[in-house]
Amino acid sequence: MAEVVAVAAESLAGSRARAARTVLNQVVLPGEELLLPEQEDAEGPGGGGERPLRLNAGARSRVRVVCGPGLRRCGDRLLVTKCGRLRHKEPGSGSGGGVYWVDSQQKRYVPVKGDHVIGIVTAKSGDIFKVDVGGSEPASLSYLAFEGATKRNRPNVQVGDLIYGQFVVANKDMEPEMVCIDSCGRANGMGVIGHDGLLFKVTLGLIRKLLAPDCEIIQEVGKLYPLEIVFGMNGRIWVKAKTIQQTLILANILEACEHMTTDQRKQIFSRLAES
Amino acid sequence: MGKTKLSKNLMRMKFMQRGLDSETKKQLEGEEKKIIGEEHWYLDLPALTKRQSFLLCEDLLYGRMSFRGFNPEVEKLMLQMNAKNKAEVFEDKTEEVDVSDEEMARRYETLVGTIGKKFAKKRDRVSYEEHENGDVKLPKEKEMFLKPRD
Repeated sequence: MAEVVAVAAESLAGSRARAARTVLNQVVLPGEELLLPEQEDAEGPGGGGERPLRLNAGARSRVRVVCGPGLRRCGDRLLVTKCGRLRHKEPGSGSGGGVYWVDSQQKRYVPVKGDHVIGIVTAKSGDIFKVDVGGSEPASLSYLAFEGATKRNRPNVQVGDLIYGQFVVANKDMEPEMVCIDSCGRANGMGVIGHDGLLFKVTLGLIRKLLAPDCEIIQEVGKLYPLEIVFGMNGRIWVKAKTIQQTLILANILEACEHMTTDQRKQIFSRLAES
Repeated sequence: MGKTKLSKNLMRMKFMQRGLDSETKKQLEGEEKKIIGEEHWYLDLPALTKRQSFLLCEDLLYGRMSFRGFNPEVEKLMLQMNAKNKAEVFEDKTEEVDVSDEEMARRYETLVGTIGKKFAKKRDRVSYEEHENGDVKLPKEKEMFLKPRD
């Protein structure tokens, strides 16, 4: 880790832009500029020099690259705005370029369109509910945004209920809005989360780690006893098991697994399986 | 005297366009767009779209999970949603039959009786009601007027 940081510091001191391809899965710091693959060819060995202005754009192949969270466009380069590891995903089916993003860690959630989150209903005013999602302002949820809800047939939602929904509007200029149906009008598991259970908060990075397709923690947890978990991308997890003790054990495991090594985790699971 | 060619601006006016057919209209529109497109200036920068969401970066599973049968509906949902993410949803061609064939046959049996009762005369309706255990026996043959034999 020390040598990686030293390399990063060197490059900052030299103020030379590195190619994004060479920095994959390494730590990047805010303020660094990264070159996209197609620009590396244009740069000579000296690097950082002036490029001739081209008046015709016909010859250039325009590969559409998506810059994800933690990166920003700066001219024709990527500017890093968060510290973390740089990741890249190849495009699945043809439509070029792939995605670059920075895998960072934070606890404070910022609403993003399309994210599924767990919210707590804090107020009911007229036709909308105010739902606390952990962001800077409460999101609004219309009572018609539930499956099978009409003006006469209102959903049964009270203040204090837990809601699993997704954002349809989430930007820095407007109040976030969420709904509990998808674009076809079906609920798909969204809506009010049942009674009982326990809601607790973890870091955002842990949620993404637990929701990865090959997450061992979830597979092991699932073998312990019958349980139900709901993950919200805003760092909130709701768990429920048959008894209160089992629920608490589950909550403790999920909170602690962020800082445990694989061996420690396996030890704990084997101890639990015995008891 | 040769025909005077009408100017392009004149052709673009609304009252001249009403007489044209859709194909010529589309052609004209296409030409317009081309002219406008070439005049626009654009930055010669790589196409970098900015997306704030982690959903397209990482392939994440569906957020609701249930294990060992705690919540069967959620388990069904898990299969559905995760399959959708993995591959293209390949619709199940076999339609689920809502009503089994046996039940259908049973219904039809009694249906014949019910509809028949509706159109039967009051006298014939009696014969329907006699068989109340559910089997429907067709009413007796209609009794016609018998001419008295001398």
